Amino acid sequence: MANFSKSQVPAFSVDVYQNEYLPEGGREVNAIVTVTSTGGGTTGGAPLRGVTASPAGIPSSPGAAVVIMVDCSGSMDYPPTKMRNARDATAAAIDTLRDGVEFAVVAGTHKASDIYPGGERLAIADPHTRAQAKEALRRLTAGGGTAIGTWLGLADRLLASSAGDIRHGILLTDGRNEHESPEALRFALTAVAGRFTCDARGVGTDWEVKEVTGIAAALLGTADIVADPAHLAADFTAMMENAMGKEVADVALRLWTPVGVEIMFVKQVAPTVAELTGRRTEAGPRAGDYPTGSWGDESRDYHVCVRVPQANIGQEMLAARASLIIPAPDGGAPEVLSQGLIRAVWTDDMAASTSINPQVAHYTGQAELAQVIQQGLDARKMGDYDGATAKLGRAVQLAQVSGNEGTAKLLSKVVDVVDAATGTVRLKAKVAEADEMTLETRSVRTVRVKK
Amino acid sequence: MSPQMHRPAAGSLCPACAEPLEEDDRFCGACGQELSALSPPPGGDRPTLAVSVPPEWRTGPGAEASVPAEPSSSPSSSGDFELPPPQTPQTPPPPVADPRIAPPAAPPAAVPQAVPQASVPQAVAKVCVACRSGHVDPDGYCENCGHAQPRERDHMERELGPVAAVSDRGLRHHRNEDAFAISTTALPDGSPAVVAVVCDGVSSATRPDEASLAAAGAANELLLTALPRGIHPEQAMREAIVAAATAVNSLAGQAPAGDLAEHGHGSHHQLNAPACTIVAAISAGGLLIVGWVGDSRVYWVPDDREGPAARLTEDDSWAAQMVAAGLMNEREAYADERAHAITGWLGADAYELEPHTAAFKPDRSGVVVVCTDGLWNYAEGPDEMARAIPADAAERPLHSAQVLVGHALDGGGHDNVTVAVLPFAVARPGAGSGYDRRV
Repeated sequence: MANFSKSQVPAFSVDVYQNEYLPEGGREVNAIVTVTSTGGGTTGGAPLRGVTASPAGIPSSPGAAVVIMVDCSGSMDYPPTKMRNARDATAAAIDTLRDGVEFAVVAGTHKASDIYPGGERLAIADPHTRAQAKEALRRLTAGGGTAIGTWLGLADRLLASSAGDIRHGILLTDGRNEHESPEALRFALTAVAGRFTCDARGVGTDWEVKEVTGIAAALLGTADIVADPAHLAADFTAMMENAMGKEVADVALRLWTPVGVEIMFVKQVAPTVAELTGRRTEAGPRAGDYPTGSWGDESRDYHVCVRVPQANIGQEMLAARASLIIPAPDGGAPEVLSQGLIRAVWTDDMAASTSINPQVAHYTGQAELAQVIQQGLDARKMGDYDGATAKLGRAVQLAQVSGNEGTAKLLSKVVDVVDAATGTVRLKAKVAEADEMTLETRSVRTVRVKK
Repeated sequence: MSPQMHRPAAGSLCPACAEPLEEDDRFCGACGQELSALSPPPGGDRPTLAVSVPPEWRTGPGAEASVPAEPSSSPSSSGDFELPPPQTPQTPPPPVADPRIAPPAAPPAAVPQAVPQASVPQAVAKVCVACRSGHVDPDGYCENCGHAQPRERDHMERELGPVAAVSDRGLRHHRNEDAFAISTTALPDGSPAVVAVVCDGVSSATRPDEASLAAAGAANELLLTALPRGIHPEQAMREAIVAAATAVNSLAGQAPAGDLAEHGHGSHHQLNAPACTIVAAISAGGLLIVGWVGDSRVYWVPDDREGPAARLTEDDSWAAQMVAAGLMNEREAYADERAHAITGWLGADAYELEPHTAAFKPDRSGVVVVCTDGLWNYAEGPDEMARAIPADAAERPLHSAQVLVGHALDGGGHDNVTVAVLPFAVARPGAGSGYDRRV
């Protein structure tokens, strides 16, 4: 019984890629920690812990609950196809819900209302409730303002009533969060962070990239643009499939460091760049947890940089121990899923200590790529065209070197590439707003090291 | 490390700050108060380590203690014990640690503890030799300061009848990539044959430690099979080097034995196949046979010191080639930074395997020093070697090997140091030249 949860969790593996050799006096240790979870979504019939509240007869579902938040502000009627597409997309997402998953639909304006099933409850997906929910979507009409914080608050209350492990939100907005202060949104995000994960989508081009990406980052979900409302249904289906593939929630990356070792930064670097350094929660002596959200069958990379004390040539130490943990259901000691060691070895062999691990080099470049795109677009908005040209030129160069074709393609819609190898570009005089927003939203996407 | 060590009882509180303590706590997690110091255990049973243990942790008692328990050669050397009855007794080696040679800062006090500790079950947490406060985790690192703990191979000693060997990590390398194997057997006529093999892993290759261990083990095993069958020792030596090369080559395709992180994913070390040098000496039937590939060496030092000491091998190294080609004199060649680049080695990426062998018939008794460059860098010339080795080397080979390792460590210990000392006795006192080269 004590190990009831163990076999049901997908298998996690941790691989550490680093050059552990430091020169005399060297103190900075960089490592890429690759976490791969396998078995999620393919365990077929192994329910996760905590599913006891799920209805009987649905053994294959992990306890999961999803709340779809649809923007119903007045602007959704311009053009009217936007509302219609949002309705269709939500219907498609509902169709993707697995039987037994708890769900609700929230209509978001300057306030939030749960239009299905209503009464601050969750419905349990089956053919009947899915039909009812789609019927209820007809009541979605555009009108009112936008206060996303209230939507998230309601989603949190709804999801809190679920006994499931996987608690997920899908948020669609088409406009700026105009009817509450940025502080209110920030406060709402802080309040719900760690309680559920949330994917955020902006439809059209009238929304604020940083708002949408900020929501996704805080709630450990994905952010994207759906410039053409007609593509919403496919995107919602994919998002819901992804949510249904999650097998284990509330996984944290735990870093243990010895006395005297300082953590410089921790960031997710694949599939997207996400800063985690500031999101540490202390977990016992010299250990801290960084949230990673929920996992299905997937692989993510983290870049860990630590500063170790000085040591003599020939010494070796453990610079950090990275482990993946999930909290115990009863609040006891968390279960360690897998772990890897980050080491430091001091050597006078210059060839060893000066070589840069290819993974570390690659992701350092990818992180810089995301950063220079952001800086370049910011400079462009500010009217600093020289600065924008320099930054976006560097971005083109980095994207080419690292083989990040997706980003290179997006960049080519914002700049004319003269020579990618040297990063020589010209800003395009006319850039479609959707292209610029797409680049900004997707700039955090990385590619993995070419094997 | 020591089962008698004081442990605070579970559920007790820190006497300094009243923080609840875990059963294994040696220090308070909140205020850092040292708990074992507060209530000294009865009977003074914590003499394990002196305060002066250096941060190099080379001679942690665990390392020394484990030597007798675990033969230092490769797993294949278990073949030693399956062979026809040896002439010389293959008794377990006597206690090995000698306080006089235990590398400089190691406290003699640690030595008496060594043997009992070897039998301490792993479940008993060890205390870090660097910070002396953290426990050692199952990965071999301190749970407090993260420092790597001494490994078994960091310091190895072995004595087997007339031959002895010592290997040490040195002061500048993070692990010991040298390996040795010593053994005794008998020729078909019943006369004893003594074998010493020393290998030096090539650091710029991947898994050099595994390469040297495999090579030493394979060569030793082959000699132990071939010599009792009456194969000429020089022929056996040649075959042994080929066997060692095969063993190292076969490592190239394999996954690392350790975890992936151990071997530095993507570092330049992964580009090269495992490789090592080999040098071996056989004393059998009045002959001294040496064989080598690479820059590990054999020196001959006559017991009476009257005949000249000599180096019996010629390095496969850049410097040696320069000298041999007459392009540089020895001094110039060895001063060059390329001097130590080796031109021959065992490994899948070796150009061509050229085992060198030579046979000698010493006319007087002496000792054969089989060593890696970690030693000869500090005693390059035969005369220097003769001065470095104790006069009574023939009677006390283990002690002599320890002294030679100490000589290298005192000189800076820039590399792993491995020395085998093989006394060669000639019944009649000799005259004339120190040795006759036959081949």
